[in-house]
Amino acid sequence: MATLVFLEHHGNELSKASLGVLSKAASLGDEDVAGIIAGSDVRTLADEAGKFGAAKVYAADDSQLQAPLPQPRVDVIARLVRDQGFDTVLFANSVLAADIAAGLAARLDAGLNWDLTDIVNEDGRLIGKRPALQDSVYVDVGWTSEPRLALFRSGSFDPNATGGSAEIEDLQVELEDFSTAARMIDQAHEESEGPSIEDAQIIVAGGRGLGGPENFTLVEELAKALGGAVGATRAVVDAGWYPYSTQVGQTGKTVSPKLYIACGISGAIQHKVGMQSSGVIVAINKDANAPIFEFSDLGVVGDVHEVVPKLTELVRQRKGS
Amino acid sequence: MKIVVCVKQIPEGSSRLDPGTKRLDRGGEGALNPFDANAVEEALRLRDGADGGEVAVVSMGPAKAQDALRKALAMGADRAVLISEEAAAGSDLVATSYALAKALEREGADLFLFGQQAGDSDGAVLWAAVADRLRVPVVSQAAEITQADGKLTVKRQTEFGYDVIETPLPAVVAVSDAINEPRYPSLKGIMGAKSKPQETLALDEIGVEPERSGEQGSRTEVYALNDPPARGDSRKIEGDGNAAQAVVDFLAEKRLV
Repeated sequence: MATLVFLEHHGNELSKASLGVLSKAASLGDEDVAGIIAGSDVRTLADEAGKFGAAKVYAADDSQLQAPLPQPRVDVIARLVRDQGFDTVLFANSVLAADIAAGLAARLDAGLNWDLTDIVNEDGRLIGKRPALQDSVYVDVGWTSEPRLALFRSGSFDPNATGGSAEIEDLQVELEDFSTAARMIDQAHEESEGPSIEDAQIIVAGGRGLGGPENFTLVEELAKALGGAVGATRAVVDAGWYPYSTQVGQTGKTVSPKLYIACGISGAIQHKVGMQSSGVIVAINKDANAPIFEFSDLGVVGDVHEVVPKLTELVRQRKGS
Repeated sequence: MKIVVCVKQIPEGSSRLDPGTKRLDRGGEGALNPFDANAVEEALRLRDGADGGEVAVVSMGPAKAQDALRKALAMGADRAVLISEEAAAGSDLVATSYALAKALEREGADLFLFGQQAGDSDGAVLWAAVADRLRVPVVSQAAEITQADGKLTVKRQTEFGYDVIETPLPAVVAVSDAINEPRYPSLKGIMGAKSKPQETLALDEIGVEPERSGEQGSRTEVYALNDPPARGDSRKIEGDGNAAQAVVDFLAEKRLV
């Protein structure tokens, strides 16, 4: 096997999800898993990847790769896969990675399986595990040719710090005209304050069911009582009730705390993909038919404005005793 | 401006996988993928805001996909094209993007719009493969689109915040479901849809070789369908006066408080 893992970064940090995929790749039987980092000034990040199981890291370092846009990265990875003969290319899902993987599938006429939560090597045959139809069925999927491309749900694997070091090779960057036609003209990326909710063991999250931004204090109080962090849905972040850095979901953070308490959250797919791998999920929503109840361990059909303050009080009492 | 919206017909209600073919069961009533309704709405808004133009909807699927296309026509699209052929069944991303790109090349447009995902298979990657085949720029998760001077400015959402991307045309854009509220077809729209042009094309009419379609043209396969791992007991309680206590007891049982 010759495996390549796309290592995504944001600012000066490699994404945990892609490091998790790197660690998984190293456990599949390939001794020399390689990583690819594409960006501007990414040499130090390439060093970092060695500590998580990459034997070799290809660094595509070019100012044209500064913005996190997919098409220039398709050019870089397609060339690398062809030149080096990689038979497997793995990605941790993200807005960027999904677009790269699909572009690469078309460019290389290569099979792409997405939304995988695991992969196994059965005598050289790779089998991907894919939950489908609201996770009601787990599908074993495979590839009929090489290279094999796979996108994993974010957070499927934990990074494993092996403390190794990677050989780094610089790549020549040559881009197609159409790949550089779209330009990033502005990025409004809020820098979050305090620890990221991605690291929290307990998250209490609020949705539109709270009724208004002032009611987020209910969520904050409960989070404080439990020693957890506060999360929010896209709807309330869009409405300006709460900061973007707390957004959980497809276009927000992917979290997997031990406990996730969803307050006034309907459980739309956009939100679900960001929190479905949480250990225990408790949902409080007055709509008995809300989809969130389908994947909650405990569901309370009730008014958040009544249940949440009471719950906070009881948790405080318990912790105080 | 000519806009082509790519739409998918999905089963009405809950979906199931056919244990025999291991494909999505496409029996029963068909519906327009709800995420594609956002793309249709955006196309109509762009058409009606600019100096006129045309909105065509294109789909690949069984003959029944006409129902989904008719819904888009009832919303206000001008024309529909269905790529339909038995041999195309079972096409994966590689095969689907190839055929769709062929159809879109034949159609030609300034803008190719997609919805953010398929409501049945949760597929959320097709547009980027199609864009690569068409060799045009792609922007996904668009939350706001404005056009001026033959260019689009797209505000979009990622994990980290908002991006603003500018792209020349033609381009492929996948819209987020946060971009708009799709209109409901009016009675007049529904009646009018029946007289709008609806075309059905076979694969050879758009230049797709048989070996590049269906299972033959695909590069992935399904081996087996398994039951999901048990999630444990899921409980639902009524939010009466004792609900908070029940939650605390549950958390205590799980050693979370």
